[in-house]
Amino acid sequence: MSDGIITINGKQIPINGERSILELAKKAGIDIPTFCNHADLSVYGACRLCLVDIDGRIVTSCTTKPQDGMKVLTNTDEIRKLRKVALELILADHNKSCPTCDKNNTCELQKLTRVIGVENVRFKPTRKPRPIDNSSDSLTRDPSKCVLCGNCVRACNEVQGIGVLDFAKRGSNAYVTPCLDKPLSEVDCVLCGRCAAVCPTGAILPKNEIEKVMAALNDPTKKTVVHMAPAVRVSLGEAFGEEPGEVLTNKIAACLRMLGFDLVFDTSFSADLTIVEEATEFVNRVIKGEKLPQFTSCCPAWVRYVELFYPDLKDNLSSCRSPMQMFGGVIKDALPGELGVDKKDIFNVAIMPCTAKKHEAALERFTHDGIRDTDVVLTTQELAQMIEGAGINFKKVAPDKFDKPFGDFSGGGVIFGVTGGVTEAALRFAVEKLTGEKLQNSDFVEVRGQEGIRTAQYTVAGKTIRLALVSGLANAKKVCDEIRAGKCNYDLIEVMACPGGCINGAGQIRNTDFDYRQKRSAGIYNNDKSMELRNSQDNPDIKACYEKFLGEIGGEKAHHLLHTYYHSQPTSTSSVDIFNTGKKEGKVSVKVSLAGRTKEETNLLSEVLNFIDSEKLQDKVYVEGTFFLPKWEEGVNAEVNGITLSKADINAVKDAIKKAI
Amino acid sequence: MTDGTQTGEVLTRTQQFESICKILEEFEYREEKLIPILQRIQDVYHYLPKEIIEFVANSIKIPASRIYGVATFYSHFTLEPKGKHLIRCCNGTACHVKQSIPIINAIRKKLNMQEGKNTSDDLLFSIEIVSCLGACGLAPVVVIDGEVHGQMSPAKVEALLDKILKKEAGNE
Repeated sequence: MSDGIITINGKQIPINGERSILELAKKAGIDIPTFCNHADLSVYGACRLCLVDIDGRIVTSCTTKPQDGMKVLTNTDEIRKLRKVALELILADHNKSCPTCDKNNTCELQKLTRVIGVENVRFKPTRKPRPIDNSSDSLTRDPSKCVLCGNCVRACNEVQGIGVLDFAKRGSNAYVTPCLDKPLSEVDCVLCGRCAAVCPTGAILPKNEIEKVMAALNDPTKKTVVHMAPAVRVSLGEAFGEEPGEVLTNKIAACLRMLGFDLVFDTSFSADLTIVEEATEFVNRVIKGEKLPQFTSCCPAWVRYVELFYPDLKDNLSSCRSPMQMFGGVIKDALPGELGVDKKDIFNVAIMPCTAKKHEAALERFTHDGIRDTDVVLTTQELAQMIEGAGINFKKVAPDKFDKPFGDFSGGGVIFGVTGGVTEAALRFAVEKLTGEKLQNSDFVEVRGQEGIRTAQYTVAGKTIRLALVSGLANAKKVCDEIRAGKCNYDLIEVMACPGGCINGAGQIRNTDFDYRQKRSAGIYNNDKSMELRNSQDNPDIKACYEKFLGEIGGEKAHHLLHTYYHSQPTSTSSVDIFNTGKKEGKVSVKVSLAGRTKEETNLLSEVLNFIDSEKLQDKVYVEGTFFLPKWEEGVNAEVNGITLSKADINAVKDAIKKAI
Repeated sequence: MTDGTQTGEVLTRTQQFESICKILEEFEYREEKLIPILQRIQDVYHYLPKEIIEFVANSIKIPASRIYGVATFYSHFTLEPKGKHLIRCCNGTACHVKQSIPIINAIRKKLNMQEGKNTSDDLLFSIEIVSCLGACGLAPVVVIDGEVHGQMSPAKVEALLDKILKKEAGNE
């Protein structure tokens, strides 16, 4: 049903519930320049580039709802002049080192400068230089390239509900920063990279690690292994003029071989492995009725989010490693024997749609004897850059196969790349397991979709399985809060941090079309549909892998290589330390919980402080309030020199302090 | 103000913390009360300590970066420690014409604060140059710890500072 007709540049276009004239025009094939408009984000109207003429009035098209009968002009002489000046002002304070910028050729600012036709910049820069932040494992932030569009600020707040970034100061002094100008590694960033995904310039970028991989490829002592994630196949082509959603699996395999990798695999194989382990774990939890709902654990940004913000729910996470880390475990364990090389000479590279994966690979829990399970993670963007850099003409590449012994993969593995996919693949396994019968239909279409929170329910062998499919961490927060409040009765909750799942990961080729996400998602499902092998458990290479290397499903070796553990960790701001004089070392350490945010807690803390004051113990005791005290949910409310006190009152704390002194 | 937050008074760290808790309670930990909460906290510490920004963020459950944004947006807030005594010198048009600059220079010289430095090393004094206090009839005006002093001169302001310094020396 159309809501009326609007005329854009003389062309009549029906209105179909579009949020803005900008969106409507884009659908009709007319691009209006913009930085700050993004399908995932709220309307902001900051960049002033999307100006249009509506019946003689000049307005921002992103903030104007289309109405029946409007006559819109998008390219009049007046508008062109206004845009030119706006862009010129933005460019005045932009670090214009374009040829050496990682965003070169994919930069919105560069593109708009070209299409709007700014010939020179008459204004001098006024902005104070701020340092590049390279502290995080996943992202690089260069404030000199920021145009203050606020996309990153809104992505972190609205999509992820975290709010690591915000504006500081005002007017010409305004800039985007984490709290107190801290580096990203010292704040509660989950490395999902949504900020980088929506940044129109090179101000926030996935960390580039191509050189590390090139060094390994050129080192004759290294056996280089590479595997690429499901979502990569439907996006990489966009860098070479293909449509989003075009499935290019075997072409990419050929490119990886041409780049010089010795063994080329598909992460869909280890996604199959994940299903076998994770669905087995799920079936066991359902039978025992414990640690439910089970959370999926393939998204590293989500895992870090739980560890930081919902430490009390960390046992709900599946103990399964992500497919990337499962593959890392298997590659570093099985291949040395297979290939007759030393473990330290195997160099394992993962091609991922994701920035958080770079951080995941660097975690201590995935490093054994100084050897990382995954040596380097490259994003889809970096792979495109490498292919181009090697002079490979992507369009002319002939498809190639994947290598043995991990070359087969199922449709179940491929759909890991999209929200709902992990659950669907798990259902294909779990239903067969619970009913004991061969699966007739591999499609569980109820779990598919693009909404941020979806639910579905299946009755299998007399048991009802309740599912929630979540993408975007702000949505995950809603579900976690329901669980804390005891209002949730799901059995399995799948969470992917990026809206729509990995196909929309921050490492994917940047696309600003309004429907790229749907196209990539459709590509994944078409790929699954077209495959002979649909179910993870039917993958012959998986069966062989267990027989040859892993032993039993969920067995000891499998547990060692395919599972992991989680740490609940304090957030960067959880400790309140303003009561002390001098150093912490050598003093009795007293921590009082503030985690419940109750009056009793703050009262206890001030009673402790008053006690320290009246007994003049400042030189002997160091007091902190903390929003994170392990086992707080079990009643622990204070800690003296590492000894926890449960439901302690002031006298209990006093006694403990006296004893410790 | 009843929670002992008047400028000039010195609270122990414990009393400061108790004041902050009281302020948060008074505003019911509400996000939309952020600005009044920060104003009152600044009354306690004379500035916004970074640990307190993080404490407030955790307490009212909003991102610390947002509080940092608000605290750096308004020039009323400061993240640098302020002295015990706040001297606000007016340099609005009327005061400027009536020779406020020599007064400011005299204060800086007396308290050993170079241009660009606004708090004395002993954290006793902070100086703030403001653009009009709405008391132009009394120009040039200096406000010390909330008390307005009109028709100032370098000698008069030095005498006022001597009085405070003498009192502080007596406190030691």
